[in-house]
Amino acid sequence: MTRVLEIENLSTHIQLSRSVVQAVGNVSLYIEAGETLGLVGESGCGKSITGLSIMNLLPPGGKVVGGSIRLEGKELVNLADAEMRKIRGNDIAMIFQDSSSSLNPTKTIGDQVAEPTLLHRGGSKREAVDRAIEVLDLVGVPRAKERLADYPHQLSGGLRQRVMIAIALTCDPKVLIADEPTTALDVTIQAQILKLLDDLKERFGMSILLITHDMGVVAGRADRVNVMYAGRMVEATGTKEIFSHMRHPYTQALLASIPRMDQDNTKTLFSIPGIPPDLTNPPEGCRFAPRCAYTQPDCQKSEPSLRGDDRHVAACFHPVEDGPLKPEMMVTVSHGQVERKDGKNEPPLLEVVDLVKTFPVTSGAILRRKVGKVHAVSGVSLTIRKGEIFGLVGESGCGKSTLGRVIVGLERPDSGKILLNGEDIFAYKGRTLAKKRRDLQMMFQDPYGSLDPRMRVAAILREPLSIQGVESSKEQEARSIELMREVGLPSRALERFPHEFSGGQRQRIGLARALTLNPKLIVADEPVSALDVSIRSQVLNLMKRLQVSHEMAYLVISHDLAVVKYLADRIGVMYLGKLVELAPGDEIYSRPVHPYTQGLINTIPLPDPEIEKDKKREVISGELPSPISPPSGCRFRTRCPRAQEICAQQEPQLRAFGASHMAACHFPLVEPLESATTASGHSQI
Amino acid sequence: MMDERNTEGVEEAPLNLGGALGAFEPGAPLIDGGDVDLAVTSGWRLAIRSFAENKLALVGLGILVFFILFCYVGPHVYYSNQLSGNVLNSDLPPGPGHPLGTDNNGYDELGRLMVGGQAALEIGFFAALIATVIGSLYGAISGLVGGILDGVMMRVVDVILSIPYLLIVLIVATRYSGTVLSLSLILGLFAWLVPARLIRGEVLSLRVRDFVSAAKVMGSGRSRLIFRHLLPNALSVVIVNITFQVADAIIAIALLGFLGFGLQYPHVDWGDMLSTANTALGNGYWWLVYPVGISLILVVMACNFIGNALRDSVDVRLRRR
Repeated sequence: MTRVLEIENLSTHIQLSRSVVQAVGNVSLYIEAGETLGLVGESGCGKSITGLSIMNLLPPGGKVVGGSIRLEGKELVNLADAEMRKIRGNDIAMIFQDSSSSLNPTKTIGDQVAEPTLLHRGGSKREAVDRAIEVLDLVGVPRAKERLADYPHQLSGGLRQRVMIAIALTCDPKVLIADEPTTALDVTIQAQILKLLDDLKERFGMSILLITHDMGVVAGRADRVNVMYAGRMVEATGTKEIFSHMRHPYTQALLASIPRMDQDNTKTLFSIPGIPPDLTNPPEGCRFAPRCAYTQPDCQKSEPSLRGDDRHVAACFHPVEDGPLKPEMMVTVSHGQVERKDGKNEPPLLEVVDLVKTFPVTSGAILRRKVGKVHAVSGVSLTIRKGEIFGLVGESGCGKSTLGRVIVGLERPDSGKILLNGEDIFAYKGRTLAKKRRDLQMMFQDPYGSLDPRMRVAAILREPLSIQGVESSKEQEARSIELMREVGLPSRALERFPHEFSGGQRQRIGLARALTLNPKLIVADEPVSALDVSIRSQVLNLMKRLQVSHEMAYLVISHDLAVVKYLADRIGVMYLGKLVELAPGDEIYSRPVHPYTQGLINTIPLPDPEIEKDKKREVISGELPSPISPPSGCRFRTRCPRAQEICAQQEPQLRAFGASHMAACHFPLVEPLESATTASGHSQI
Repeated sequence: MMDERNTEGVEEAPLNLGGALGAFEPGAPLIDGGDVDLAVTSGWRLAIRSFAENKLALVGLGILVFFILFCYVGPHVYYSNQLSGNVLNSDLPPGPGHPLGTDNNGYDELGRLMVGGQAALEIGFFAALIATVIGSLYGAISGLVGGILDGVMMRVVDVILSIPYLLIVLIVATRYSGTVLSLSLILGLFAWLVPARLIRGEVLSLRVRDFVSAAKVMGSGRSRLIFRHLLPNALSVVIVNITFQVADAIIAIALLGFLGFGLQYPHVDWGDMLSTANTALGNGYWWLVYPVGISLILVVMACNFIGNALRDSVDVRLRRR
């Protein structure tokens, strides 16, 4: 096989105002013709900078300071701009993560897809447009010809990503660099895009550099995997090898800290302690040593270089030899001595009864005529019991976050009730409502946005107490020190500002703040989706630990079924404002009833090449319909493989499929229980 | 070590994870969140650092400090009679005793520059302060409450903005003018519209941020939201705006003075001093025009330099560590 792209000892630095980030150091990799190379690592490990170095598109201050990048033998480092322009988009193309910001909002997609042809092939405008239609067809944009005149904002996220891919493909590149191509997308769309990339690779025989943080994404489609950590390549080998016979402890730990669907959720999740090193001042010796379970004195002294044969190299003095951590080898302490809540003996803490929330769609600047409604939540009923963790999953736009915001009182429902300990919280107003709210707290997704950047951590943690008018300032201080200890942060960090913390630490502070008032229920909206894998498991463990020690209930909202499965006792699946299935976590995974639930489970990329390769490439087709005019009858029918006429006419009601298993489907995958076939409703849920 | 791991039981000898995990006893949580940087760098400190790196800003700051000293300390060092003129000494060119000459009433021009500068700076700062305080509160309330109130409040702003501002100021100034305070009030009461719009825009983007939602979930009331969360975060915009407001007010008062609607005689501001510029230049009395004109330009320019640098430094605050 010929090596299309070869990188040798690449070092890239980024100059900041006062320091230099050594983003990439001595990284070597190669891609052979027609293969997919997965480049895996956490954020800040240098994988994206490696990709940008190849394209010579480094951010301001970024510079390749050493090494070479060769495309079919041609040196790209220090190539003149004019020469480089001929290569970019022509020989090497790139797909970026965020298709909403990488497409030009003021140009039609037709123009944008035609642009590379005009630039590199020099054909006429007409030929370029023909080519644009051809590639748009190729990437599965329906009715491509009619779409040419559309602007990016008129397309959905999935379609925009397809357009991005089309632009990249226009000139038949030899190498395609895909930088987190599916991270911003829903799982169902992610599966479609990944499948598309696979198909395209097979048809055109191009090489793909797949940069991702998601081990599941590389498992199914990469031929080889390179793992990066803190600017260094730590391991490189075939995909199968990396999952079954990895040598670097980091690879092993990274894999072990991903929550699996079949994880025992009464035990702690494996996690890598600490945070990655600061690359402006990297430690001497092995960069993973401070977080490594197998570290020895010599790891701190000198830095290991990549060693091994052609097929497998790893940079470690003490490589692991026995493959992935076996479940029983991971620390499996239980979270504490609490009885499992089976949801029967406990009184209901929170009842959501037939909740409806719509948002008006207005037009006109002054009169704001109502022209429609976004049906965010359409009649959802559920019950959360004391000390229970309830998980809510669904694609973005399914109304799960709105439901969470209504529960904590950030939005008022159009109709329906929310009962906390039997009391309707929306019967209160003003200060009484504010007082009632202390039992319902929230944890937010974005660790950067959820803490006031102008407040010190001490003030952030005291604020809930001041608002609720409890405790003297001395007691408040004691309480905040205690909270910091509980979430595993040093108490001297109280004097710091939020921007001085890493994402995981900020999420801990957010959790501490939610805990301050000793709430009975915390609504956690995507609590870990902004975090890296190794940090994610730390926060998940922390959440679970605190839930046990504080005997709270959680409502965990996430698009990630594995995360919800690990945390939650019971899981509700939402689709377009409706609850379609509700069951205990194990059951939803082993015996899904609703086709949508099964589709979700199937589309999650698992970090296991065996399963991923064998997986039937059956993905949920299409995209989420508009919540402004949801489909009649069963809302999932437009994407459902089992849909029949009745699905469009009659809305399915929740039916019982087990002791506490409900689903709303006319053609369920499992036969319902005879006794409860009606929608006798929420009282049983 | 490898062998040990294979043979030993799980519960007795869990893998060493650097103290990250262990039995979770509520009483003894672990500090496993990683360390934090020791050096405290508040957002403000970073902003000051970046401000100090801007050469123009330092030049602007220098000019402003110089003029403040010149106007307030100057009269104590350089004594001149500014209470009664001496017509016999009128229109003297620069020379001994009068480094910058005298004006048509026989006042010493250098001393007059200092006193006039006091008025210009005071009116500039007061007017900017009044405009910013009113504008910030108005904008914050409008942005936070939203809905119909926001619509009404902003339409009010639109209406006032569409009135020829100088015309009204002139009319009001003829009736109530004369003192530094009244002129500051008049200018300030007409200048709050722009900051109100700015702050409203900022609040609109801030109020959907998660930390505001978080405060609401805690049960925070509106006044707390405004004073503890929204205004402090919009403060950077406010401060930048103040510097531009100062510059605008100084120009406005110069204009009023030039047109003869400024301070009442014998009080003086730079605008008054320029009111004779036309005839003075015709007569070749350059010392009555250039010093005061250049001072005015320098002070306004300095404010703009500072404002620009502040805007840059508060912008990068969140981008850089």
